[in-house]
Order: sequence, then structure tokens, then C-alpha cells
Amino acid sequence: MRAADALCEALKAEGVQHVFGIPGGANLPTYDAIYDADFEHIQARHEQGAGHAAEGYAKATGKVGVALATSGPGATNLVTAIADALMDSVPTVFITGQVRTDLIGTDGFQEADVTGITLPVVKHSFLVTDPRQIPEYIHAAFHIAKTGRPGPVLVDIPQDLSRAEIDYEPATGTPDLPGYKPPLEGNIKQIRIAAKALANARRPVIYGGGGIVNADASEEFREFCAVDTFPVTLTVMGLGAFPAPHEQWLGMLGMHGTRAANYAMDEADLIVCVGARFDDRITGKLSEFAPRAKFVHIDVDPAEIGKNVPAHIPIVGDAKDVLPKLTREYSALKADTDRLSDWWQKIRAWQTEYPLRYEDSTDAEIKPQFMVEAMYEATGGDAIITSDVGQHQMWAAQYYHFARPRRWLNSGGLGTMGFGLPAAIGAKVACPDDTVVCLAGDGSLIMNSQEMATAAHHNIAVKVFLMNNGHFGMVRQWQELFWEERYQSVEMGDSPDWVKLAEAYGWTGMRCADKGELRESMRTALEADGPVLLDVRVTPNENCYPMIPAGHAARDMVG
Amino acid sequence: MKLEDLEAGSALTGRKHILSLTVENRPGVLARIAGLFSRRGFNIDTLAVGPTEDPDVSRVTLTLDGAVHPIDQVTKQLHKLVNVIKIRDMEPDGTVAREMALFRVNAAVENRAEIMQFAEIFGADIVDVSRRTLTIEVTGTQDKIDSFERMVRPHGLIEMARTGEVAITKSRPDS
Repeated sequence: MRAADALCEALKAEGVQHVFGIPGGANLPTYDAIYDADFEHIQARHEQGAGHAAEGYAKATGKVGVALATSGPGATNLVTAIADALMDSVPTVFITGQVRTDLIGTDGFQEADVTGITLPVVKHSFLVTDPRQIPEYIHAAFHIAKTGRPGPVLVDIPQDLSRAEIDYEPATGTPDLPGYKPPLEGNIKQIRIAAKALANARRPVIYGGGGIVNADASEEFREFCAVDTFPVTLTVMGLGAFPAPHEQWLGMLGMHGTRAANYAMDEADLIVCVGARFDDRITGKLSEFAPRAKFVHIDVDPAEIGKNVPAHIPIVGDAKDVLPKLTREYSALKADTDRLSDWWQKIRAWQTEYPLRYEDSTDAEIKPQFMVEAMYEATGGDAIITSDVGQHQMWAAQYYHFARPRRWLNSGGLGTMGFGLPAAIGAKVACPDDTVVCLAGDGSLIMNSQEMATAAHHNIAVKVFLMNNGHFGMVRQWQELFWEERYQSVEMGDSPDWVKLAEAYGWTGMRCADKGELRESMRTALEADGPVLLDVRVTPNENCYPMIPAGHAARDMVG
Repeated sequence: MKLEDLEAGSALTGRKHILSLTVENRPGVLARIAGLFSRRGFNIDTLAVGPTEDPDVSRVTLTLDGAVHPIDQVTKQLHKLVNVIKIRDMEPDGTVAREMALFRVNAAVENRAEIMQFAEIFGADIVDVSRRTLTIEVTGTQDKIDSFERMVRPHGLIEMARTGEVAITKSRPDS
């Protein structure tokens, strides 16, 4: 069998139903094999789009997303998506064509050392040096991508090797990787200590992150939180792991989180971190972060434990395994729930005094927060929402109350503008029966707007709700607040005309600039067939609050 | 149990660490290790790479300063590299560690005898001779090589090359 056909067989054996990519010289053999393959190929318009689509596919389902690109520029165009997948721990496999083996190292046409370029941003990578490795590496890549802490794996295949004839034997069992043994089960002794600490805590906070979603442990997380009246907060990556709204729910924490969540972290005596990593957008000034707290840190990646904050009770393991045990151990202790009543009193006071709020317009002007609320209503709160990066992302995180995991797909770690549209395409391919809305920013959407052609061509009925404020809004906000209003390079001008652009791509283009018409416009867009772009003109200079200025402590929240 | 009694481990140990890694003998493994160190801001003091008794496995020995690096974090990051099979943070007391160094020193007639005497004291070999220079091979602990360097430097150290330490655990006396 030709090695490229063996590649497709290996993908099929891994259960692949969809791949995203763009053909080119060095991966022609692969595309020739795809001609006969049993999975569907979605032809992106830029490799970065293919990469983010694979991520959206993976984030929406938990299945491994696959993106293909040719050598050289095709492969380098994937780099942002690969880095994004590493930062957000997205199970993905990237398959790149490479120039012929006799050309490697000669600066051949469309040659780039993609394994070298991507070294710091992959979970692992393989450069094929023998055609028989192709199916073997594909299986290993899938295994590595989806187990332990998920992440991106690159397989780089020289053109001549994918044309070679090999004997293909379907892989069986787990690949032999002597240096790769992801931990699964948490240490029960540590879990018992954590349960005891929790039973003794008077001001506990449960702080969860994307690791819960990745582990498909949202049910287990909810059961754990419900074992007592623990206050719960989540990172932007974790939203949906705990159902919002809920009486134990404090809202998101971090730079644009709620005051209740951030103040609770500040005053907590015990913080139980589940699948999160104390990133700087959470901690702010590290030396003043949660100064009264001891930390229980549950993570499948041992390197996260003790990386940014000391872990008093480290538990290495899969949240799906650890949480039920922790729930059981805690229940057995029969802790007195009343001990938390003073703590709740304090939290309720913060919640009452500092709810998320904005000053709504008194005329037809659409405030961006209002737009998110309208979107929540129009979608019944149950759409898959993707976002780009910036103010709109934070407003969505604040005002769209995600009740289920894998409904909120955004670029949290790398903060990749232009993520939302291709991710929505990937999510819609994976979940054709779900409503998929990309809440886009106008600064972000244009960065991968070419993917509108992908959606039109494959009739992928994503909806883009464009929060159009005519600015790089978050940068504008920082220039206003921290750079003496010296606005530089943040205005977007009048270009493009988004309705015309959408129509040029074969989409339905709509515009709304009137608050009174917004819900109706959204409903029309959602009910229309095919992809729709709704250009919503919002307040141009609204700031996203509350906010912990970068490098400050939770107590310094403004707005 | 009181929460006040909970303590987190300290990140810095304050001493030199020798990490002995067994890694898959594959292209690019060293680049992965080196890349990890540069990306995470870790500074390697010495690095030695070579084969082991198993042709599929190589050994990488590196030394790091535990006063400036959280060694625990370094080893955990290294463990994430799929090609790294095993990492040993070598216990100073239970380890034999050796380094080899080559010194080319000025050795004019008047001080040649003294340098040769140093070499003898350090159990070093003279491996190359010219009219004005001696090239000396020294093997031993890092400390021993450091002191040899101190001895010969006043005579004019022209060139020095050191391998970095390699290390192996000591056997128990009864094994």
C-alpha cells in the first residue's frame, strides 16, 4: 500500500471523520489518498484557519482535531494554531508535507524546518524518516494528543516517503512510548489530606479551569461542589464546567472577573484549584495573590503544580478520577456546613454591592454588554459560542451564562485574534445540529475573514454576530486607562463594509444599529439558512469592567 | 489538622544538582532539551551527551545551580518531553561524578618542572608537548579540575576545554 493511503487508513482507524486543510506540492500524495478516503476534508482558505477549525472541532467534542498543510509557508501558517492548541491544551494532530528527503537541508523550494520551528509549541512532534513510520507515528500522535494533558502533535512527512510502498498493518494496543506515561489516578493519601483540609476550612473557594472540561469531568466537578456549599469560580477556559447561574456560583475570576470571585480568592483560607494553572490573568500581582490561602492543586500535568504558586496539597491526576474520590472522602468526614455561613454572608454582601453592571443607553444605542445579553436570550442560552480575543470575549464570558461544558470555545491562553470564525466552522462541522455563533470583534474577525469562503463553499451554517465598535477595543481601553489617552493605531475606519463583504462571500449579510431591533435581527439570523453575518454597531468606546489592572492585586479592582 | 500546619515545599535547594537523563536516541532530542531550557529561562552549567549500554538510549548529564533554579520544576518540565525516558537527580553522596579537561599551558624551561609536578600530583597525563607549551589531560571531580586550573593559571593558561560532568550512581557495598 502507498504510505499516503496507509496514513488515511491510520486516520480512519483513529475514528477521524473530518479533517481541515489545504493542499500543496509537498502533500499532494496525501491529498491523492484523501480522494478515496472515508472521511470528509474541509478545504480551508488559509492554514491558520484550518488549524483553528481543528481546534474548534476538538473543543466542541473532545475528539482529536486534525489539520493538514503543505510544506514551507503552508506549515508555517499553522504555527499560530499549534501554539494556541498548546496553551489551551487542545487535542490536535497537525500533518504537514515536507520536501523530498534528498532536498531537506538544501533550502529547497517551499522548504521550512517545521519540526524545528514548532519545537517550543508542540506537545510532541515526529519527522518521518522511513515511510513505514507514517501509520505508527499517526497512532502515536493521536495517543499523545488526547491523553494526559491534551495538546498539539505535529507529524511532518517528506513528499517522497508518502509516495513509497509499505506493508500496512493496523495498529493494535497502546503505542510503545517509553518516556510517556501520563498520570491518571490521584494519590488517595493526598486526596484524604485535601478532604480534611477542606473540612477544616472556614473560607474555602473552589477554583476550576479548562482542565475540568478537557477531562470531561464537569459532572464530577458539580457533584464535588455540591457536597457542601463551597463557593465556586471558574477561569475563562473553565466556563460551563459549573452551571451558571447557580447559588454557589461567584462568576468568573481574574482580570475581568467579578469582584465577588476575586475578593473571595483574596480572603480565602483554602483554595482548591482543579485543572487550572494560576496564570497571570488570574493571580495579578503574584506576591499579593490570595495571601491568606493554602492551596490544594489538582492537575494531570505535574509540572503545573508549584509552577506559579506553592502547592500545600498537590494532587497529580485526572480530575475525572480525583474528584469523585475527593467527594467521597469529604462526605465521610461529615463536616459542619454551618461553619461556612459567615463566609457566605461576606460573599453575599460583595455580590449585592458589586454585581456585574453597565450603564445601559437610554436611546437606540447598543451597548456591547446588552448585545451579549440579547444573544443569550436569542439563543436560549444554549448555543455553542466561539469568540475572538478582546473586550467582546470578556463581555461574553461575563454576560453569557454558560450552563454546560464545551459550549464556550475561545482562545484563552495564547489570546489569538481571528480564532472565532474558523473555530465556529470546526464546531459546526462537529455538531451540525447545534446552533453555533461566533461572537466576533471587528478587529479580530478580519484576521481570518477569508474563512467565510470556507463556510460558504461547504455550506457550514455558522452565524457571526459581529460586535462592531470600530476599534481594537481592548487596546483602546488600555491606551485610555494606562497610556494617557494617546490613541495610536486602534481605529478601524469604515473598512470593510461587513454586509457587502459577507454577501461577496455568498453569506447573508445583515446590519443592526438599533437596540429595539437587535433581538429580532438575531432571531432572523439564527433562523436563516446558511451562514449569516450580523454586523452590530455598538458603542465605540465602552470599557470592559470590572478590571484588575495588569500587575495589581485583586483588591485594586477598578470599575 | 489545622490549615496553619500545612506547608508547601521550598522551590530552591541552594546546591549544585547533577541531572542524569536517559533519552531515546532519536534526531532532535537534544534540541528539545536545549529548547526547553531556553524557553523556561533555565541555565545549564554543563552538559554532556553520549551513548549508553543500550544503543537505542542516550544519556544526557547536566548540571544546574539549585540556588537559582527550582530543580523540581526543571525535572517536571523535562519529564514532559516524550523522548525523555528517565530523570535522576543524583544524590551527591551516592554518586560518582567525573569530568575530563584538557589544558594547554605556557611551559617555558624555567617553570616546566613545576607544571609537570602539578600534573603528577593531580594524576594528570601530559598528552602533547612543544618547546613552549604542555597539554595536560585531567580527569576527576569538578572541584579537582577547578583546583588544577587555579594552579596552572598563573603560568599562563592558553586554552582549556572541559567536557562537563558525567555521573553514575554508586553501587551498594553488598551488591
